[in-house]
Amino acid sequence: MKNKKWGLIILGLGIFVVGVTFPIWYGTIKSTPAPVLSLDTPVINSMQNKKCVEDTAFMRANHMKMLNDWRDESVREGRRTYTAKDGQTFEKSLTGTCIQCHTNKEQFCDRCHNYVGAKPTCFSCHIVPREVKK
Amino acid sequence: MTTNRRDFLKIAGASALTLMTPAILRPSWAKEKMITPVSSLTAKRWAMAIDAAKCPPDCTDCITACHAVHNVPNFDNPKDEVKWIWTEPFAAAFPGEKHRYLANSLQQLRLPVFCNHCANPPCVRVCPTKATFQRRDGIIMMDYHRCIGCRLCMAACPYGARSMNYRDPRPFIAKINPDFPTRTKGVVEKCNFCEERLAKGMIPACVGACKQKALVFGDVENSRSDIWLLLDKRFNLRRRAHLGTAPQIYYIL
Repeated sequence: MKNKKWGLIILGLGIFVVGVTFPIWYGTIKSTPAPVLSLDTPVINSMQNKKCVEDTAFMRANHMKMLNDWRDESVREGRRTYTAKDGQTFEKSLTGTCIQCHTNKEQFCDRCHNYVGAKPTCFSCHIVPREVKK
Repeated sequence: MTTNRRDFLKIAGASALTLMTPAILRPSWAKEKMITPVSSLTAKRWAMAIDAAKCPPDCTDCITACHAVHNVPNFDNPKDEVKWIWTEPFAAAFPGEKHRYLANSLQQLRLPVFCNHCANPPCVRVCPTKATFQRRDGIIMMDYHRCIGCRLCMAACPYGARSMNYRDPRPFIAKINPDFPTRTKGVVEKCNFCEERLAKGMIPACVGACKQKALVFGDVENSRSDIWLLLDKRFNLRRRAHLGTAPQIYYIL
């Protein structure tokens, strides 16, 4: 009787541990391939030197922080010009700068945001010009 | 080694002096790089004068222009109405100035009204997130990113110049201007004195749309500006100035 009770407890604990760790090992077994971001837009295709505001690695890691800085600096402090590391200047504007080249929001922004489960609310107010025409 | 009091004070004093180094040397990398495009319009204090007698009856040019540029939605329900600029009869705009023997021409007048960009703005004082703030040039600006939709500013504004988006405004915008963001549900909005146009060197949309030149926009601190010269010449009133908000829209009557 006493042994049977311990067996049940261990069985219950086992099920609990498996359940709790499910997201971890499920993630390692079933790997989802990283999304392929499309740079196939007319503006980017026509560019000689295909470079974003900063280099790709920097943009990939820091675009969210950069956009937050741009937002605060342009709206609250009126500083609307960004000087990149190479000296080039850009207008601090999501619709005026970013979206002018990355016109394909679904294939560029959304693919990666969906993959990592990020839900930025930028476009509940800001407008992708092509989406208006739809 | 033991430090005596005299040596300790010398070291402490020298350390304190080093704090001044950045102020004296001013290294180039520590300077803030502030670039203001030469094309943008700047002022010490933006203000507007309205020569209401020039307004033809039933003219809505300024309203149409403003609402088209700023993606202002048109909800059919007046309870949900979002307005940046609209008209009020004289008695509603200047409740203290109306009396029985007031000239009929004034009583029938409809005045364009909008945010007064007060020098002492109650909306800014009550905003818990600093979403509404006062710029150095006097513009009362909204940072829609920070607005939590608490509507304290709407309660504080004595002019009713603020509107809440009770619903998603996008389906109710006739033609979306992609250069200006729409708002979203749960955000308060109001006239921004066309700050986005000023930054590009353009005058406000309502001023540009007025064929009668009834709206005069400019820097009231500049004694050579059109608005300064106009206010110097003609008698003018400000809406509910007795409340101490120091409104910056001047009505010439």
